[in-house]
Amino acid sequence: MADSVSLTIDGQPVSVESGTTLMKAAQQIGVDIPTICWHQATTSNALCRICVVEVEGQRLLQPACIVKAAQDMKVQTLSERVLRARRTILEMLASTMDLSEAPAILTMMKEYGANAGRFPEAERRESEIKDDNPMYIRDYSKCLLCWRCVQVCADDAQYVNAINFNGRGFETQIGTFFDKSIPETTCVLCGQCVGVCPTGALKPKREYLLEQGMKPEEISVMNTGRKKRKN
Amino acid sequence: MSDIDTSPSLSARLAPLQSAIEPYLPLGRSGLLPALHAAQKIYGWISEPVAAEIAKSLRVPLADVHGVIEFYTLFYNEPVGKRFIRVCTDQACALKDADGLLNHLCAHHGIKASETTADRRVTIEASPCLGLCEQAPAILYGDEAETNVNLKTGSYELGRPRSIVYGQIRLLTANCGNGTTTSLTNYGEYVALKKALLMKPEEVINEVKSSGLVGRGGAAFPTGVKWDGTAKAAGSPKYVVCNADESEPGTFKDRVLLLDDPHRVIEGMAIAAYAIGASKGFIYVRGEYPYILPVLENALSEARQAGYLNEDFDIEIRLGAGAYICGEETALFESIEGKRGFPRVKPPFPTTFGVFGKPTVINNVETLCNVPLIISKGSAEYREIGTEKSPGPKLFCVSGDVIKPGVYEVPFGVTLRELLNMAGGPSTSLRTNQKKLQAVLFGGAAGAFATPTHLDVKLTFEDLRAAGLPLGSGVVMVFDERRDMRDSLARLGHFFAHESCGKCYPCQMGTQRQMEILNRIAAGKMQAGDLERLQDVGWTMTDASLCGLGQTAASAVLSAVKLWPELFKDEGGRMKDEVLMGNKKKNEMRKTQNVKSKAKKAKANTQDAKRKVQKVKAKTVAKKKSSRKTASRR
Repeated sequence: MADSVSLTIDGQPVSVESGTTLMKAAQQIGVDIPTICWHQATTSNALCRICVVEVEGQRLLQPACIVKAAQDMKVQTLSERVLRARRTILEMLASTMDLSEAPAILTMMKEYGANAGRFPEAERRESEIKDDNPMYIRDYSKCLLCWRCVQVCADDAQYVNAINFNGRGFETQIGTFFDKSIPETTCVLCGQCVGVCPTGALKPKREYLLEQGMKPEEISVMNTGRKKRKN
Repeated sequence: MSDIDTSPSLSARLAPLQSAIEPYLPLGRSGLLPALHAAQKIYGWISEPVAAEIAKSLRVPLADVHGVIEFYTLFYNEPVGKRFIRVCTDQACALKDADGLLNHLCAHHGIKASETTADRRVTIEASPCLGLCEQAPAILYGDEAETNVNLKTGSYELGRPRSIVYGQIRLLTANCGNGTTTSLTNYGEYVALKKALLMKPEEVINEVKSSGLVGRGGAAFPTGVKWDGTAKAAGSPKYVVCNADESEPGTFKDRVLLLDDPHRVIEGMAIAAYAIGASKGFIYVRGEYPYILPVLENALSEARQAGYLNEDFDIEIRLGAGAYICGEETALFESIEGKRGFPRVKPPFPTTFGVFGKPTVINNVETLCNVPLIISKGSAEYREIGTEKSPGPKLFCVSGDVIKPGVYEVPFGVTLRELLNMAGGPSTSLRTNQKKLQAVLFGGAAGAFATPTHLDVKLTFEDLRAAGLPLGSGVVMVFDERRDMRDSLARLGHFFAHESCGKCYPCQMGTQRQMEILNRIAAGKMQAGDLERLQDVGWTMTDASLCGLGQTAASAVLSAVKLWPELFKDEGGRMKDEVLMGNKKKNEMRKTQNVKSKAKKAKANTQDAKRKVQKVKAKTVAKKKSSRKTASRR
């Protein structure tokens, strides 16, 4: 039996197994800390910082997804600094990318009073849809760089390393070796990247075509049609 | 790709690459940056087959190789010119009309910044700080430093940059400023190392602890505590890393130490290695200091011949490739490991989980240069220098509007006034022929602004902290009354947006939004609510970013908001000169009106040009980095 530690979260005492993250500890007492990049199947990189909380004695806000609960810790999950950080991050996201298919984030924006139009004349990350393989489409206008797709493509799951990053900073975008199309890469169309994408940036091709107004029978005809042309 | 691979001309073309990267093959992925540098030396840029060959040879996934090329600005995956002209456009050089220099060079070659001439002879780029601030304006011309460029007279200096050293004491800089590298013969025996080897490792650590030495790279962490933690950490091998990725705008002291007195750094590293039980060392030099490489290599081979470096402890040099973030210790480790320079989440700290996941001591160049001094003098005598809480000598990088810019070695505790008087103004003595002091940027881009009210602050960790100023890496960049601080702020904004790694959201988007707002302010086009936006973004980056870059990316801006609220109050599009001139005497204005209106026009032109350049740059970058931007324009 692992040691347990006692701490308070928003004034409520809680005891958890040592090694538990603040996020999990908070869940035990019904305190919900928002997350964007966190996913149970991928390594936590603490990069979206939406889960930051204020820990007494710490100069900086701490990411609850990876910081471990410690004895006598005093955690505030809704302090003014926390709220400012969450709201501003959400406002910057809204000014940067298309969140229309990220309902969880849109809900979060309402909850934190984030104004989608906060940043006027803001450069957005826009991109044409990449439709280059039979299985999924890539719409990086919707990508919020949670890294999950890159992680499952690499050591977190599939080990094919078909995708990585282009550029850096605000200009970062997920990309392939010299921007090759997916069939020209080491991609095996396992679909795990599509499964972990939180914003619809990666989407099954069939779903995409249905959204474009195609009927299921048209889509299947399209597929068989391709095979027929080959003969 | 298969038809390309089998083409005989290609395999002939790849032959020189294969032999050049052969030494790096045993390194695996860690050999990626050296291999990419080698490839660029041969071909000028890294084409797809070249990248694929490197990937295959080092067994690194193709997408990862591409990701690394894309991360570092000094690696190119499209053809560039044979000659590279990188013009520094950061603060110190901007004060010496770097924009004019850049425009002149572009016009001369008939291209815009970030473009290559049609005959592929020349590429011109605007560069972040080149660490040549005391000899501004500066250019990196190929692998050589071109400094003190004067368009009017046509004069400049090319080659090894001069080391300009002043100050009250010459301990760390005893062998610096003579115009040459101090050879081992002139440096003499590694006396301190020999003394250390007669001590127990823990005695060496205790000596460093009692010296009170703290890191000189910016974070001011106690060096002895770091060493102790690494010595006690489980795991082997252990590493000593010298952080020579000096990239903080306004910082150039490490360049001087490495160029003029490399043996002091090497001796410091050897002592650290003995103290913590390390068998391997790295010196990670920023990519913008290519001229330091041969100097260091020569010094290392001298140290090997003398037996100071041997099979028990040896040092390898790594060259960065244009990424300020790699000065962050964990990002630097990632870079040595052949990855994109993303900072890691801490803890675990380097003492237990450093480069290759092993216990690592990582120290700044200047920090390591203090070590031989401490061991040979003994900590008690060392502590006689400086103040009780800030013992030792300190190097300050003085640049900007002073008569004698350079590296100043002083004991901790001199005042800012004393330092500026040594450097010849501006203004502290209010001499009539000098301009008045307006501001001092302390600690670099990640620092904060000081004003004449701070002139009597003692330069110690404790006094500066009390005054709300960071010592940082020892930057003292001086702005006299003529200077437009908003231009300086806009450059800060551009610097951080350019250098953010893009990992954590606050910094990735915050540096971009901060730059956009600062550009508006500099252009006199502030919008309602911009000040609040700037502060929300600034505090969010400060509070919530993952690493030191994001946490300090708004530090100077927020200090400016406090000091000069009037700079941020022209909502409604008031002309910026109105505000700026508010502080100045009216008759002075009248006297110089003609000159000023000319200057204003010229400035407006430069700013237009600058904006255009930025646009073009963004376009080129987009073209290079991905098809995203061009695609969205169609």
